[in-house]
Amino acid sequence: MESQKYFDSEDESDSAKSLEDDAGIEKENSIDPSELSNDLDDLLDEIDQVLESNAEEFVKSYVQKGGQ
Amino acid sequence: MAVDKICGIETEYSIIHKGAEDQNPIWASSMLITSYVQDTEQGLENGIADSVVWDFQDESPANDARGFAPIGSLPPIVETHLVNAVLTNGARFYVDHAHPEMSTPECENAKEVARYDKSGEVILQEAMKSAKLLLPENEELIVYKDNSDGKGNSYGCHENYLMDRSTPFGDVIKHGIAHFITRQIYTGSGKIGSEVVGSDPDAIAYQITQRADFFEEEVGLETTLKRPIINTRDEPHSDSERYRRLHVICGDANMSEYATFLKVGTTCFVLAMIEDKFIDEEFLFAHSVQAMKEISYDLTLSRPIQRTNGKSITALEVQTYLCQRAKDYAEKGGLQYVGGDVGNRILEMWQEVLMGLESDVESLHTKIDWIAKKRLIDSFIDRHDLSYFDARTRYLAVQYHDLREEFSIFNKLGIESINDVSSIEDGVLNPPSGTRAYFRGKCLQKWPDEIISANWDSIVFKLDETTVRRIPVLDPIKGTKDDVENLITASETPHELIHSLGI
Repeated sequence: MESQKYFDSEDESDSAKSLEDDAGIEKENSIDPSELSNDLDDLLDEIDQVLESNAEEFVKSYVQKGGQ
Repeated sequence: MAVDKICGIETEYSIIHKGAEDQNPIWASSMLITSYVQDTEQGLENGIADSVVWDFQDESPANDARGFAPIGSLPPIVETHLVNAVLTNGARFYVDHAHPEMSTPECENAKEVARYDKSGEVILQEAMKSAKLLLPENEELIVYKDNSDGKGNSYGCHENYLMDRSTPFGDVIKHGIAHFITRQIYTGSGKIGSEVVGSDPDAIAYQITQRADFFEEEVGLETTLKRPIINTRDEPHSDSERYRRLHVICGDANMSEYATFLKVGTTCFVLAMIEDKFIDEEFLFAHSVQAMKEISYDLTLSRPIQRTNGKSITALEVQTYLCQRAKDYAEKGGLQYVGGDVGNRILEMWQEVLMGLESDVESLHTKIDWIAKKRLIDSFIDRHDLSYFDARTRYLAVQYHDLREEFSIFNKLGIESINDVSSIEDGVLNPPSGTRAYFRGKCLQKWPDEIISANWDSIVFKLDETTVRRIPVLDPIKGTKDDVENLITASETPHELIHSLGI
């Protein structure tokens, strides 16, 4: 699947991290927020690819019967 | 006195028939389940014995825990004509109203409930694949795990907890309301807009829960109209002299397994503490139903809720108190009722989440649904300069709940899990080991052709052409792997099994 391939591709932030490591920069033992936003950007790119163009029609027709 | 918190979840999923000119959700739900049950390629390995039907003998949803049914209340009707399947993992997979519904087997703790809730999602995924094979090429059934269509229609995710019958129901109401309306700050699945009848739907951009808008009473028997925070359905599916089953209808369906675990785990603690009279602070709210909505609308988590004593308190403060009490309760021996070590994990996560909510809500975006979903939506809105009410934003909000693997946005968000993948897959076919669901599931696996029907507290065997025998399993903590594995293994036939059981 096209979008799956996109996700499996190497993340640029990995290379950035290794450069920092090579330079001996001390990093905190925590998640780098910039990596998280890159991940989310990737996901949003994917969403843009797969989000159906007829969002209006979908939302209008998404009607359920009431339940419990 | 507290009893072991045997628990389970029943989820009504939403369903659409993509490619069909007319939507008939009852047909679609029946088609979905029948496709799974009759998938001839997989047969019994699919986790069902398609000749076994659900037994309605012990269904009595009109019984009221208060011992009376108020004039004008509308108890639910049992729909015996719709599709009902009993799975070999001990679950029930059926059509309820116009939705496919999955009831997990009875589980011995919150971790097991979280596991079987996820196994249930795998079954729904398989069912969608099975249905697709039978439908015309351009059609498919799509299942979403949410609680509202955004247009005023809601469907539930109910929890069930075993409780001591001798606990005064007034105590359950008093402390239960305090927990249920305040736990929303970590159990909510997030929703765009408001669906309160008569309100401006765009007055609320984003709220914490899907369900709060639909609650109108503090206490009551109904589940489809005038929904109450405390539901009084008194249908224990067990020995009614010893137990009650608390039927909790006010929670959201969670995509996050972490949130499911926390929702059930904290509630197990609170209910056990109610039974042992361990909660010494009464949080009585002046307007509980309104407070439930206000808490859901307050993304800052700082809104004070008015109490009947003239003071006010925030949801976070109530939860902080309950969490501290639960720690004290654990130290005094309460862990045994909430799953032992599982109870320790509940406490750790409860504390962690409350600290996160207090100091940095965003830090919980890999744990809590409403936070993960909001972060996703906000990023999407920023990128495309949209509003919350734009059709594309709303579409994305629905897609968060799409259960199809190939279209799952949720699976890409890195939400923390509780159980490993192999144990979730094991739960598709096999029952939990610590409750009577083990007996039900293993009998269904071994003797599918000799079982006529089954339900929560009994199995009906056909011993020969003229003899039918109902085996009651009234105690949810009997019929466990330890109790019956050897007996079932050693028995060639149900007749031998019944003989060995000495009944």
